[in-house]
Amino acid sequence: MTGTFWMQVAQLARRSIVRTIRQPAHVFPPLIFPLGLLAVNAGGLAPATKLPGFPTDSFLAFALAVPFIQGALFATMNAGTDLARDIQTGFLNRLALTPLRGGALVAGLLSGVVVMGVVQAGVYLTVGLLAGSGLASGVGGALVLLGLSALVALGFGAVGALLALRTGSGESVQGLFPLLFVFLFVSSMNLPRNLIEIDWFRFAATANPVSYLIEGIRSLVITGWDGQALALAFGVGTALAAVALAGSAVALRGRMTRT
Amino acid sequence: MTAREQGIVAEALVREYRGGIRAVDGIDLRVAEGEIYGFLGPNGAGKSTTVHMLTTLLPPSSGTARVGGFDIVREGPRVRAAIGAALQEAALDPLLTGREHLRLQAALHGLSRADRRSRGEALLERVGLTLAADRKVRTYSGGMKRRLDLALALVHAPRLLFLDEPTTGLDPQSRSALWQEVGRLAKEEGVTVFLTTQYLEEADVLADRVGIIDHGRIVAEGTPSGLKAEIGRPSVEAVPANPDERHRLTQLLERFGEPAQGSPNGVAVRLETGTESLVEIVRALDAEGLDVSHLQLHAPSLDDVFLAKTGRSLEGAAEEPSAEPARA
Repeated sequence: MTGTFWMQVAQLARRSIVRTIRQPAHVFPPLIFPLGLLAVNAGGLAPATKLPGFPTDSFLAFALAVPFIQGALFATMNAGTDLARDIQTGFLNRLALTPLRGGALVAGLLSGVVVMGVVQAGVYLTVGLLAGSGLASGVGGALVLLGLSALVALGFGAVGALLALRTGSGESVQGLFPLLFVFLFVSSMNLPRNLIEIDWFRFAATANPVSYLIEGIRSLVITGWDGQALALAFGVGTALAAVALAGSAVALRGRMTRT
Repeated sequence: MTAREQGIVAEALVREYRGGIRAVDGIDLRVAEGEIYGFLGPNGAGKSTTVHMLTTLLPPSSGTARVGGFDIVREGPRVRAAIGAALQEAALDPLLTGREHLRLQAALHGLSRADRRSRGEALLERVGLTLAADRKVRTYSGGMKRRLDLALALVHAPRLLFLDEPTTGLDPQSRSALWQEVGRLAKEEGVTVFLTTQYLEEADVLADRVGIIDHGRIVAEGTPSGLKAEIGRPSVEAVPANPDERHRLTQLLERFGEPAQGSPNGVAVRLETGTESLVEIVRALDAEGLDVSHLQLHAPSLDDVFLAKTGRSLEGAAEEPSAEPARA
C-alpha cells in the first residue's frame, strides 16, 4: 500500500478522534456507565465469590473484564452513527469525489475507534487497579490486555460501520444497539460458565462469542497467562473483525457507487 | 482536444431506477470550456441525478458523457481529479472547523503539507471566512456554509465546477456574493461551471447558456436572451395621466407594435422590435406632450419559456412532488 493510503487513513483517523472528543456524549457514557455497572456488580454480587469453584475471591477482579466489552459496544454505536451521519448529510459523497480509497475510509474511521478503545481500556484498567483489583499477568499482561481491547474495539467498530453502510441511517444503528447488549448479558459476564446452572443460559453463553472475549480479558486479570483463554479471545476477536470488515467492504462498494 | 471536449459532452444520457422510472431520460449536453451552463428545472426534474452521473457518483443506465475530456464511466478517477463539486445541501461536518475541513479535503486530494496551508488560507480569504476559520461549522450561517462548500470544491484547483442548487435557502446578500464569485471563477480563471438551479433569476443573471429540464428531458436550450426571444417579443404598457388622452396614447403606442392585453386603465402593445423601442416610445411621448402615470416594459422571462415549452409555470411545477427516488 502506498504512502497516500496511509496518509488518507491518518487524516480520517484524526477526524474520527477529533469528532469523538468534541462530543461529550461519545466520551463520557462509554467511561461512566461501564464503570458504574462495575461498581454496582462488584458490590452487589460479591457473595457469588463464595460459590464453590468460583475462580477468585474478588468479584471486582472477576467483573473488571465487562467494562472493556461494554466500552467496545459503545464504540460500535458511535462509529456506526458517525458513518451513518456522513451518509445522510452527503459528506460521504464529498469524500467519494476525492481520490480517497474505500479501504482508507473504513480504516480511518476504525483507527479512531481503536484509539478511543485503547484509551477507554487504559481508564478501566487504571480504575480497576486503584479500586483494588490485581492484575495477575503483570505489566506484560496489561499490554496484551490493551492489545486485545484494540482488537475488540476494531471488531465491534467494524460491526457499527457495517450496520451504518447497510442501513445508511443513524437511527437504525442506534435501534440495533440494545440488541448488541443482549450478547453481553447472555454471556459469562456475571458467572463462570461452569457455574451457570440454568441449562439454556449456559448453552447460550457457551455459544456466545462475547463470552470468550470476556474470558480472555478476565484470564489476564485473575489467572495470569492462560494460553487457551487468550487464544480463544484473540481468535474470536480476529474472526469478528475479519467478518465485519469484509461485510463493511462489500457494503461500502454498494454505498460509494462512484465509477 | 478541442475546447468543447475539455468541457462537458453528454449524449443520450439515461438514468433509470427500479420500477422503470426514468429520472433522466436521454439528455444531450454540450458545455464549452469556460462557460457557465445553467440547468434549470423544478424539483424532481432530474437535475441532481444528472449532476450525480456527470460527477461519477452515479453510473448512467445508458448513454455516454465526457467531462473534462474523460469518460465518466471508464475514467472516473480522472474525471474526479478534474472537477470540483458542491452538491445539494452543504455536506459539512458540524463538529469540524472551516480550516479543518479545508485541511482534510486538501490532504485527501494529495496536496503537500505546505500547499495545503497556503491553498487553504487563500481560499478562506477568497470566500471571506478567514475570521471564522477556526469556528466549528455548526456555528456558521447558511451563507457561510455555502461559501465553505465552494472553497472545498476549489481546493484542488479544478477545471470544471459542478454546483447543485448552490443558493437554495440563502438570503439575497449571500446569493449575490456567491453569484459574484462564480462569475469571477469563470471569467478570470476559465473554470467551466455547471450550475443547477430552480431560480429563474439565478439562471438569467449567471448563465451564459441555459438548459431547461422537465421530467428528465431537456425541453429548451440556449442563451437566456435567445430563449426568451424565441417565445415572444416584449410588450409595453402605459397608463395615461389624463384618462381623456387614452385614445391619443393608443395611437402613439400602435406605431411601435400591435395591441396587446393590458390592465383596464392602460394601453399595451407588443413591440415589433426589441426592448430598444422603449427609448423611442419615451421620446415620442415627450415630443407629443403626453403624460403617463405608469410605463412598464414586460420582457418575457424564463418562466414564460418554461410555460411555453411544458404548458406549466416553473414556479408551480416546483411544488410538484419529487420524481427522483432516493438512492437505495
